[in-house]
Amino acid sequence: MTNQLKRLLLGEQGLVVIFVLAFALVSLLVPNFLTERNMLGLFQSVVTVGIVACTMMLCLSARDFDLSVGSTVAFAGMVAVMVSNATGSIAAGLLAALACGAAVGFINGFVIAKFHINALITTLATMQIVRGLALIASDGRAVGINDPNFYQLALSKLFGIPTPIWVLVVLFVISGFVLNRTVFGKNTLAIGGNPEASRLAGVNVDRTRIWIFALQGMVCGIAGVLLASRITSGQPNAAVGLELSVISACVLGGVSLAGGRATMSGVIVGVMIMGIAENAMNLLNIPAFYQYIVRGIILLLAVLLDNLRSSALGRR
Amino acid sequence: MKNAARRADGVKPMAFLEFSRITKIYPGVTALADVSFDVAKGAVHGLMGENGAGKSTLIKILSGDLQANEGRITIDGAPQTYASAKGAYNAGVVVIHQELQLVPELTVAENLVLGRFPANAGIISRRRMFVDVEAKLKSAGIDIDPARKIKTLSIGERQMVEIAKAVMLDARVIALDEPTSSLSSRESEILFALIERLRSEGKVILYVSHRLDEVFKLCDSLTVLRDGKLAAHHASLKGVTRDQVVAEMVGREISDIWGYRPRKAGQTRLTVNGLRGEKLLQPVSFEARAGEILGFFGLIGAGRSELMRLVYGADRRLGGSIDIDGKPIDARDPRGSIRAGIVLCSEDRKHDGIVQGRSIEENINISSRRHHSRFGILNRVREIETAEIFIKKLRVRTPSRKQDIANLSGGNQQKVILGRWLSEQGVRVLIVDEPTRGIDVGAKSEIYELLYDLADDGLAIIVVSSELPEVMGICDRVLVMCGGRISAELDRDQFAEKAILAAALPDKKTPDAIASREQTA
Repeated sequence: MTNQLKRLLLGEQGLVVIFVLAFALVSLLVPNFLTERNMLGLFQSVVTVGIVACTMMLCLSARDFDLSVGSTVAFAGMVAVMVSNATGSIAAGLLAALACGAAVGFINGFVIAKFHINALITTLATMQIVRGLALIASDGRAVGINDPNFYQLALSKLFGIPTPIWVLVVLFVISGFVLNRTVFGKNTLAIGGNPEASRLAGVNVDRTRIWIFALQGMVCGIAGVLLASRITSGQPNAAVGLELSVISACVLGGVSLAGGRATMSGVIVGVMIMGIAENAMNLLNIPAFYQYIVRGIILLLAVLLDNLRSSALGRR
Repeated sequence: MKNAARRADGVKPMAFLEFSRITKIYPGVTALADVSFDVAKGAVHGLMGENGAGKSTLIKILSGDLQANEGRITIDGAPQTYASAKGAYNAGVVVIHQELQLVPELTVAENLVLGRFPANAGIISRRRMFVDVEAKLKSAGIDIDPARKIKTLSIGERQMVEIAKAVMLDARVIALDEPTSSLSSRESEILFALIERLRSEGKVILYVSHRLDEVFKLCDSLTVLRDGKLAAHHASLKGVTRDQVVAEMVGREISDIWGYRPRKAGQTRLTVNGLRGEKLLQPVSFEARAGEILGFFGLIGAGRSELMRLVYGADRRLGGSIDIDGKPIDARDPRGSIRAGIVLCSEDRKHDGIVQGRSIEENINISSRRHHSRFGILNRVREIETAEIFIKKLRVRTPSRKQDIANLSGGNQQKVILGRWLSEQGVRVLIVDEPTRGIDVGAKSEIYELLYDLADDGLAIIVVSSELPEVMGICDRVLVMCGGRISAELDRDQFAEKAILAAALPDKKTPDAIASREQTA
């Protein structure tokens, strides 16, 4: 009996099992948790983290790191608002945001891959540069949206479910496909497993890494636009600390910081666990200050569990 | 104790280290089943077996890293119950693993007293440390300056430091796991002298190795494991033949490891002209023909691997040309070379070959998937098919294609890497650098067999090897390198150890002295 339980918890799908258990437990114990309203709110609250986690997963599994995502989300949101205000076209704003995000990512990737500079340092630098750009562009103030249609990006619904949630789900599906079913995804995992062996096996390591960062930037652009629409303005100080939430969610989902190991289902569960913890604590009126402590503890526990799992799987 | 009856000489020396009925079961696999044998005091005891035979598991149980499910270890009559590496140290057992456990940025002396710094109120007494360490090194006959940093030492010297660590701990039992796998012949000689010395001091040495010559030269007694079971125990090596031990390891007779098959060489396939690189300053030229197995022999540092990396485009080419079937190729990276039909199995499998953490299937398909994927989307059916075909064809021993490649033995990893290239289309030149390093006898002949088949198919095969018998055993022609130049070329009918070695050596050394040494390595 205990053995079976152990196998279930420490097995391949252990995290999913724990997630389901936690979800059931929270549903039973926390009043108002399992309501349509709260569920939609829960999903809304994880949209930004979830979207960025899709590409952060690729980045981490290639043994890289991206700290600049928070700044890029804020910057892209600013750009979207300012460009659509200036041109009167929301589409132009959207495209500009995606392009700017991709440009930041491309620069990250290019510097990291071609000049062999540590990803942590490179993105730490761009994180500050991009935040600075956002502040300069707005003179440090929030920029209001002129065209009310811009709000519709976050407010509109399809089959009763808000658009941002659809975007999140679609990105989850695409990222899972990219990771498992494409040459790009497999190359990413191989690079994380052993970069030099991958190069010698004919993988274009530099190009793959640049692509990963460019995609990461572009996805930050999407997250930035949705966030700006939700908070009805371009905020240069938005999404501060986002990088840490995203990396936490990925690690919680079993993505190895040493590279080479990631699953989409894990990342989704990681994102959701973070969201549920916060949501449940809000419903229980636990003050925000305590929530930091709980989040930290959850992360530590998840990593411990992961450790247990790898030693249970055992190397001969 | 059980094995005492089996002893050939009838004399029963005092058993000092005893393994009795050791059994280790992993979920689904029995790694060791009821293994019992003992070792006398002051003996060097060989432990042999193919990869996966259970040697490493046994050593890990001895070192306290693993716990046996059943059975126990007895040292000097006292049953041991330790369950950690620290417990093993306290019991006087030190295991020196293939991967050395030293801190590169610290000095030899600091590494030797790590964890037991001689200190007053937390302040290290450097003088006392150096005096202690110097005395110990001297008494063990190890000639290394204790003030040097580990990172400045050669691998052989680092191994000496590891052994010195065991001496510092007053170990009673010292186990060495494949100690010579990365040592030069000279360094091995020093190691052997040190082992002799430890033996004369009454230590028990457990010597794990693939190399028959070493075991016969060094060991007093020998245990052979096969498939987790005791295959043979020789309390004395008197009258034991090498063929017998090989048969015990493999479980069948292997008459001729090389199994050389003569074949006709065809047209010139690869022409390398004046190739230069950052690590190979003098231009090098050579040719390889279709259907030919061309050997590259030389001492470590002769520039063989560097040359092959240049041919493969792994390092930047500074000058010279590479032609395949008369057409110049201008590949600037491995990708280009693979597309032009040149592939390389690197010397350092772990660093340059396998992608750890990923499955056998992915490791095989990593390059060849470009032939069957469309718009960057994998063809899952073909990937699985390809993996299954090569696992079967190359006889990779694994429960599943989904197995992490890092969990395979060296020989099976090598087969997977070969499978990676065999699944490519249009390979015309296959370069294998030290194809059988760290691989056991049975898998070796399988790999040679495979190379012959590929040569029959018309590939030009280049084998880089530091093992002279291997080069002479399987190659049609040998090029000898020395100091970054090709110093001799010999056809198979001209093969002679002395001639090849003489060409491999820089002028000063006498070939005869080295010849006898190389033979034993």
